[in-house]
Amino acid sequence: MRASFVQLISALGHFFTSRIDRLGLAARFAGALLVSLSIALGRLPLMFREVYFSGVRSLSIVAVSGLFVGMVLAVQGYEVLQRYGSAESLGVIVALSLVRELGPVVTALLFAGRASSAVTAEIGLMRATEQLAAMDMMAVDPMSRVVAPRFLAAIFSMPFLAAIFSTTGVIGAWIIGVKLIGIDDGAFWSQMQANVDVRIDVLNGLLKSIVFGTAVGLISVFEGYFAAPTAEGIATATTRTVVISSLSVLLLDLLLTVMMFRGLS
Amino acid sequence: MTSFHESEMIALKDVCFSYADRPILNGIDLTIKRGEIIAIMGGSGGGKTTLLGLISGRLKPQTGSVLVKGLEVPNLRQSELYGLRRKIGMLFQFGALFTDLNVFDNVAFPYREQTNLPEEMIRTLVLLKLEAVGLRSAKNLMPAELSGGMARRVALARAVALDPAVMLYDEPFTGLDPISVGIIGRLIKRLNRALGMTSVIVTHDLNETLRLVDRVVVLSQGKIHRDMAPEEIRSTDDPFIRQFADGLPDGPVPFHYPGRDYWSELMDQ
Repeated sequence: MRASFVQLISALGHFFTSRIDRLGLAARFAGALLVSLSIALGRLPLMFREVYFSGVRSLSIVAVSGLFVGMVLAVQGYEVLQRYGSAESLGVIVALSLVRELGPVVTALLFAGRASSAVTAEIGLMRATEQLAAMDMMAVDPMSRVVAPRFLAAIFSMPFLAAIFSTTGVIGAWIIGVKLIGIDDGAFWSQMQANVDVRIDVLNGLLKSIVFGTAVGLISVFEGYFAAPTAEGIATATTRTVVISSLSVLLLDLLLTVMMFRGLS
Repeated sequence: MTSFHESEMIALKDVCFSYADRPILNGIDLTIKRGEIIAIMGGSGGGKTTLLGLISGRLKPQTGSVLVKGLEVPNLRQSELYGLRRKIGMLFQFGALFTDLNVFDNVAFPYREQTNLPEEMIRTLVLLKLEAVGLRSAKNLMPAELSGGMARRVALARAVALDPAVMLYDEPFTGLDPISVGIIGRLIKRLNRALGMTSVIVTHDLNETLRLVDRVVVLSQGKIHRDMAPEEIRSTDDPFIRQFADGLPDGPVPFHYPGRDYWSELMDQ
């Protein structure tokens, strides 16, 4: 009885200390990454290459998802709004939902699943096959040559992808609301134009997506860089990237929403 | 201040290294002269690759001194270490080619990263290096399309791209067919002579290695067990070297992993 209690305390202690240890490792890694950013920013073609692989190749999934999310929002929104005789507000409801929340959040979740997991696997495999060590031996810093461009690409891509998600979402809502249900076209767009504020809604939404891009990018390169050099290690690292990124995005969204929109009404 | 002679390219003095609580190297003293080719041999997990890590500055010893070209490697700052590494080439066990670059771009990588040479000159230099390893016509292939021997030759061309003064080979013959082993062995010898390099080869392949090297250093239990000429290896009656050279399953290196007595464990129901 006493032995199992001691084991439990020991296991709990190990659980917490290992996580604190990893957090410290992540902080040191982020510091090293920050130092290498200046070199990476001086070699923008490397970053744009990664923007293509992470961002451009995520376009289709983001655009199609945005379209469907916008359509679903329109169907659900119309059901509620028509009860109060304000179906013409459908455009503004959908636009605010997308620009403020769903655009940045769902885009970040999609990006974590589509691109960040691939970045983790790529860096992890480069480490396992000694490609990073080979680079280091050739006096080329893997942080500035491999890690930093991928991290910057996530930050750079995310706001554009979120904007595309929101745009296709609004188009989806327009197809359902105006073309299929028959809401007035002018009311749909004019209410949206009158009530969606560029600074409060659009810029705050973009700011959110930049923060999400930073978090998701950092998590993906960190998990890849420290992945165990085995098949299981890389699989675990990619899973961790998706899980930790998703939870981080949702937590950050809560914090940012409270900071940005509290007291506006 | 550790003394260093001009003729010495690499000097390790009383080097100790351990991973956490597991000691790997214990009091290593080793000097390698300019132009020498030496082989580091020993059992698996005996610290051979660790030794390369210490020479290249990828690992730091707990105690002792590691001098390369007169520079105390563990004390170098990152920029100084990178300056030294421009003069060190390394061939990794499985080549470590960049899988997203083709053969040409892999060999061009050090030139593009470390020099300001125009692309035309880089093309000429890359073709020269690829010709030296016999793979000029494979320049457009991707690493996934290469055999193990070809990948090792491309990696060798990349490693010597900047004409290093020191070349480190981490098990260059592992997993290769006899023809490829012969090709890599001849290339190592030829490049060493042509470029005036100093080479350190970590290997298990006794036959090929003894044809190449000037000296063989045998590691055992974290120490230098013997430092001898290659011809001595075949004639020595040292039990450890005999077991290693003749491939005997049991001897000073036991077949069984250390643990409890077999009979008592069987009876322990």
